[in-house]
Amino acid sequence: MTCAVGVERKSVQGASEAPPLMTSFSADWGSDISTLKGVPWGKAMMWVFLVSDTFIFTCFLVGYMAVRMSTVEPWPNPSEVFALQVFGNSVPLLLIAIMTFILISSSGTMAMAVNMGYQRRKDAATSLILVTALLGAMFVGMQAFEWSKLILDEGVRPWSNPFGAPQFGAVFFMVTGFHGLHVSAGVVYLLTIAFRLRRGKYDESNFEIVEITGLYWHFVDLVWVFIFALFYLW
Amino acid sequence: MTDEPSQQHPIRIYLIVWGLLFLISALSYMTDFIDRGFWRWALILLFMALKAGFIVAVFMHVRWERLALMAVVLAPPILLLVLVGLMAIESDYTRSIRFEYFAEGVQEEALPVSTSNKHN
Repeated sequence: MTCAVGVERKSVQGASEAPPLMTSFSADWGSDISTLKGVPWGKAMMWVFLVSDTFIFTCFLVGYMAVRMSTVEPWPNPSEVFALQVFGNSVPLLLIAIMTFILISSSGTMAMAVNMGYQRRKDAATSLILVTALLGAMFVGMQAFEWSKLILDEGVRPWSNPFGAPQFGAVFFMVTGFHGLHVSAGVVYLLTIAFRLRRGKYDESNFEIVEITGLYWHFVDLVWVFIFALFYLW
Repeated sequence: MTDEPSQQHPIRIYLIVWGLLFLISALSYMTDFIDRGFWRWALILLFMALKAGFIVAVFMHVRWERLALMAVVLAPPILLLVLVGLMAIESDYTRSIRFEYFAEGVQEEALPVSTSNKHN
């Protein structure tokens, strides 16, 4: 029996420049011990998780496409279903636009937090993570309001609705429900990391935990980009 | 602890991308006011792709990662487009079959005229 014996070859690169693309690819995959040289394991694993989560959301969105394309009944018009009455005028998709704005803002504050983390400005990073969490919580609150409006006021159910094809409700609740769940879990995750950061649990590192947390949060925003475009606008 | 290339970039690029994301979101919202047709769908998809691209490349840092990691991230979703294409073909077929065999009384656009009597 042999152990994996090999020399971890460092790619030839400067300390602060990106590795040359093609040679680094073959060097990575052709080497021993580890492929993604220099990538902290937490970051690589978070990416693996995000790719798997991408598959899940792809299944839901492709399912939505299949259902919508194959139903013979007209699909409800999201602009009308999700319009809000403001001063007597019906403004289409107003709540959704505000929710998109909030989520993009939270992505921005998260990116700032990552930057602060790498500058070792712990307090700034912690504050920005908390702001991000707050914006995320606001997003979930607005989504909950949207759900209650549709369920209680409009009579939308997973099996029927007054607007059109009966599958609309099932798709809506499934897709936005899973997304909202991810946002909620993200808020808890952000708060956890923020408090641990402030308590000094990551002082020994170069604060890549903030970047790893940021990857999850940007993923949540990314999924919303697709949901917004494909479900609400299309 | 690692030799990785610097993860830190001037904050300016994040602010610029952030602003662009707001702008593109506003433009996406405005597609709601275009009538359904080719241009509405094309713009919806274009803005979606731009936003996704910016978020993944800059905010999620993929632009500066090594190619092996980039491949882990980008190759699977690209391959998933095959699934999307296959399901689109299948769904369209399902719909035409439903119109042909089950469509008594269902109103939408003019029903396709069934040219065969095979189910009589």
